[in-house]
Amino acid sequence: MNAATQELEASHLAKADRNAAGRSETELLEAAHRVSAIAAKYASAVDKEARFPAEAVAAMRTERLFSAMVPVLHGGDGLPLSGVARLCEALAQGCASAAIIYAMHQSQVVCIVEHGANVQWQRDFLARMVREQLLLASATSEETIGGNMRTSACAVDLVDGAFNIEKLAPTISYGKYADCILVTARRHPDAPPSDQVLIVAPGETCTLEPRGTWDTLGMRGTCSEGHRLIASGAAEQILPVPFSKIADESMLPVSHTLWSSVWIGIASDAVNRAHQFFRNQARGKPGALPPSASRLAQAVTLVRMMQARLRESLAAVEAAQRERVARQASLADDIDAPLTASIGLASDLNMLKLAISQSAVQVVQETLMICGMAGYKNDTPYSVGRHLRDLHSAPLMISNDRIELNTANLLLAQRAATGDL
Amino acid sequence: MKTELRRILAESARLDVPIDTLSDSDDLYAAGLSSLATVHVMLAIEDEFGVEIPDHMLTRRLFSSVDSLASAVEELRRQQAAA
Repeated sequence: MNAATQELEASHLAKADRNAAGRSETELLEAAHRVSAIAAKYASAVDKEARFPAEAVAAMRTERLFSAMVPVLHGGDGLPLSGVARLCEALAQGCASAAIIYAMHQSQVVCIVEHGANVQWQRDFLARMVREQLLLASATSEETIGGNMRTSACAVDLVDGAFNIEKLAPTISYGKYADCILVTARRHPDAPPSDQVLIVAPGETCTLEPRGTWDTLGMRGTCSEGHRLIASGAAEQILPVPFSKIADESMLPVSHTLWSSVWIGIASDAVNRAHQFFRNQARGKPGALPPSASRLAQAVTLVRMMQARLRESLAAVEAAQRERVARQASLADDIDAPLTASIGLASDLNMLKLAISQSAVQVVQETLMICGMAGYKNDTPYSVGRHLRDLHSAPLMISNDRIELNTANLLLAQRAATGDL
Repeated sequence: MKTELRRILAESARLDVPIDTLSDSDDLYAAGLSSLATVHVMLAIEDEFGVEIPDHMLTRRLFSSVDSLASAVEELRRQQAAA
């Protein structure tokens, strides 16, 4: 090979590399801000009519945000979790429902990325998801089981490499609008309720029959009605790893951190409104601070603390992801991984969820006091009623009561509960 | 010792099947042992045998069967006796 062809080859390779690289976090964040501006325009209508945020979701698709977290290898941008959290925060400042839908989508994507990549069908589906910017939803709850997603009643019935499943789900968020649903079920008809698998069911393999309504206090655009779900397909659609592992390693860490970033985004938008209101008030009376001054200081202090708390958990989850990859590379057996590390991470994520869901409501309560009647009314630039209603969902999405018990249980296993600075 | 371990598992492990139906080498995780339940099993073992299970021994392998729990307790007792 002569020098010229070598050079040509090198430039081809460089080009291929450039093409293969994902967008930077800055580029993606700019895209999220554009989507957020569109989402904000329709947020009030979405809330009033309890309708799907179609405009915002269409904009996410146009901006190709659905594959932001998918590794470059599979055609995505390879944005780390902390970056995706910033996208969620930006989206939530426009429309809470649209942002939580985006967050829930990501918590499904990560399950396929981290546990399906060894299966051809899953790799193909991932490529299709990126190409067509498919929206993924989740069906974990079940009528006879209640809110505990770690047990299922319905079971996979595999006959000749094909499965059939029927599930009565009391909620499937945006189920009607999703292109694919990830469904939990017992591994086989004789399996105990906790022996679960996760099935990837694209739209063409399942049907949804709506049951019940979604007329709620807040998060009205998520359209989380109940459904009877019937799915059938090939065995390869079932992720090859037990759901308990998928939930612990991927679904839970990603949903708790991204939900938290959405809640912080909602609270931030309310604080920005209150801040603006406060400055206008101060302008009217130069030299004197409005009576709500200390509330503003408190609210901003709290939001900064929430952001710092979330950064801590994001770093912990990313570190755990790296450790898992290193373990796999060295062919170390999961069975010898220290439980204290996974128990430590699980309790940290629980405490993150408790902390952010409670403080976000508290922050918006303060902003309501700052904005007064202008905040209480639904049609002013300082309205924060929707923010407050949306955030009241935070302590309920996986009930804080349940999470507190679970956390106390995990703390039993730890010799030192608080850790160090 | 395995009798005590089996009693502890019956009381704290919340398995999907009765412990009597499992052999000493059967996989306890496959029988429905959850990570939350392992915490209670650990505490009960520490109380029953007067040992403290060090963090580096706390792995899924430890809780994988009656056999693995028994050998860990034996090992810890030996270490205590030697100390």
